[in-house]
Amino acid sequence: MFFEYDPVIYSRILTYVTLGFHVIFATIGVGVPLLIAIAEWMGIKRNDPHYTLLARRWARGFVVTVAVGVVTGTAIGLQLSLLWPNFMQAAGHTIGLPMFMEVFAFFFEAIFLGIYLYTWDRFKSKMKHFLLIIPVALGATASAFFITTVNSFMNAPQGFEIVDGVLKDVSPLAAMFNPATPTKISHVILTCYLTSAFVLGTIAAIHILKGNKHVYHKKALHLTMVTGVIFAMGSFLVGDLSGKYLHEYQPEKLAAAEWHFETETEAPLIIGGILTDDNEVKYALKIPYALSILAGGTPDTEVIGLNDFSEDVLPPLYVHYFFDLMVFIGMFLAGVSLLFIIMSMKKGWNPFNKLVTWLIIIGGPLSMLAIQSGWIYAEVGRQPWIINGVMTVEEGATTSPHVDLMLWLFVLLYAVLGVTCAGVLRKMFKNNPVEHELEKRGLSHKTAQ
Amino acid sequence: MTYEMIGITVLWLFLYGYLIVASVDFGAGFYSFYTKQTNKNHITHNIIQRYLSPVWEVTNVFLVFFFIGIVGFFPATAYYYGTALLLPGSVAIILLALRGSYYAFATYGAEESKFYSFLYGATGLLIPASLSTVLTISEGGYISTENDGVQLLYGELFGSLYSWGVVLLAIVSVLFISASFLTFYASRAKDSQAMSLLRKYALTWSFPSIGMGIIVFFLLNKRNPEHFQNMLDIWWVFGLSLVAFALATYFIWQKKHLGIAFILVMIQYFLAFFGYGAAHLPYLLYPYLTIYDGFTNETMAISLIVAFIGGLLMLIPSLYLLMRLFLFDADYVEGKK
Repeated sequence: MFFEYDPVIYSRILTYVTLGFHVIFATIGVGVPLLIAIAEWMGIKRNDPHYTLLARRWARGFVVTVAVGVVTGTAIGLQLSLLWPNFMQAAGHTIGLPMFMEVFAFFFEAIFLGIYLYTWDRFKSKMKHFLLIIPVALGATASAFFITTVNSFMNAPQGFEIVDGVLKDVSPLAAMFNPATPTKISHVILTCYLTSAFVLGTIAAIHILKGNKHVYHKKALHLTMVTGVIFAMGSFLVGDLSGKYLHEYQPEKLAAAEWHFETETEAPLIIGGILTDDNEVKYALKIPYALSILAGGTPDTEVIGLNDFSEDVLPPLYVHYFFDLMVFIGMFLAGVSLLFIIMSMKKGWNPFNKLVTWLIIIGGPLSMLAIQSGWIYAEVGRQPWIINGVMTVEEGATTSPHVDLMLWLFVLLYAVLGVTCAGVLRKMFKNNPVEHELEKRGLSHKTAQ
Repeated sequence: MTYEMIGITVLWLFLYGYLIVASVDFGAGFYSFYTKQTNKNHITHNIIQRYLSPVWEVTNVFLVFFFIGIVGFFPATAYYYGTALLLPGSVAIILLALRGSYYAFATYGAEESKFYSFLYGATGLLIPASLSTVLTISEGGYISTENDGVQLLYGELFGSLYSWGVVLLAIVSVLFISASFLTFYASRAKDSQAMSLLRKYALTWSFPSIGMGIIVFFLLNKRNPEHFQNMLDIWWVFGLSLVAFALATYFIWQKKHLGIAFILVMIQYFLAFFGYGAAHLPYLLYPYLTIYDGFTNETMAISLIVAFIGGLLMLIPSLYLLMRLFLFDADYVEGKK
């Protein structure tokens, strides 16, 4: 490598690699069960076997991604102790509870997912089978909820006191429900739903672009875009609240994202641009007052600038790029899904035209990119702290001399898993196209156009 | 009972749960591969697939539960074990990851591949070996805490008879537990061919497993005389374990009461495992860490116990439903559903 061996740096990279890989599958894992549930529900309510088949095929692909999500989740769970032993020691005292509960939620989900997948034709009543997906969706969302409270705690620690280096007066509930919790949780959960809707939308859109006119794909696209637009709007609202949270509790993170140096009122929002070596912003678009409005709701809100912080507690300023990327993609997704909905409501307009279809296709991969960027911004943005204001990343890391070797092994592992997973999914659906399956179930003529 | 004792009992219970369900899973993977190699796969394939498919994810949770739970109840373990176990822990994660995902790829995905099946079989034996390191180092003498922090002494670990004994015990136990469960499952499925093959495996591994158990018992005397003495003090627990083993093997030999036979195997390991654990107390890591100095604060302990009870109220009915649908539903087991 290009730098001397330092377990802290290698631990950071390895943790990023694991989480970055895991979050792809975790996002799908949280969002897709909800969409499966909606599709199955529509199938029952409208008595439309297309939707039921949609739920069925989504579930089949879903379980392959769940497997990778489970094993990488196990990996990060153990790696936290292996790479950050001191952090976990502190965390156990304060946020052992939500971590413990996350496992319960996961347990709950695992049990019902197994049952759901193997009972498709087992019950006479369709409703009975539908009820089984509800605990899966609830468990998935609850996992996200609990584990995000842990992350919120790291950003806005509370619920304990340190007296002479010893943790005292711990309140697990106060630690869980800290000021960062409401915005973080709602943002994470909504964007998981949004991303999953777009990922599934992308699949349907690809079929339509290829010239497949089957109504099955049109229904899939419609369902995902309606869900998409709802969650995109929700994410917007929460994004605004997150800005206000940061202003209040982690102003250095907000200032770093916005390259906001001087403390001032009527602060402008900086979009795009580059930062020169002497901290000058170039080629950026400035929206007057917008940062003050984002931070406090009024143009005369005073926003603290980077110059007011001591340099050794400032996060790296490149987080601005990730922040912008996330916001841009969010707006793009909202725009595309809204466009699709408007076009399908207007008589005579064709929402399945080439341009819209293409926009939806790139929406899926972009939404994943936004998840990655958002997490990089959130995590790098609180450097140098592992627990904000309490423990630095360096104090939390392992001292083991072997982290570099582990990094390469895990990179190799994720590469192999990623490639095989993609290959398996592709093969699975290619060898069993929807027309084929409809015919097998005797549905090809009854309801297809 | 103190909070410390409740905490360690809960965790030990989950580790025991993992020991049983994971053994069935790991052993099944190995048998599945082995029968493929010896062209007997058609006999056991259905039995193994029908059982494993709905439950593989649940198995994994038991393990996660244990290592998250131990950090919750005993945060200091993260410091000692976390630092020392980077290598063996990471190896275990990698093996688990390969195993879990390739199982799903093969089962839900597309193809039957010899390579996948090899991976699945081989990891089934390597994972117990790498996980058993944790129990080995808990006996003390494998870790140094001098100068810069906690370090695992690899020379000591790979050079000691005791650690190899534990590895062998783990592997033969996996094969025995798994075969005795699958024998029962095959008999429920009224698949006599599979039943007689699996019964042969169960009997083959029964004596090595009890033999290794006894050998490790005596090897421990050299490794950690204090622990050994504590175990001798409750010798009757291990005696009962031996009786359960003898009865289980007798039933399997006689091809009757196979369900009870498997329950006896579970009792055998329950007694041995809890006897071992109880005698190890109060140490979590001899001689550095006891359950008392590594324990979390009282409020966290109470809330963890409350969460645990709440969680169980939710889990037990769900697990019951899972078992009723896939384990005790005669039509499903026989392949009619």
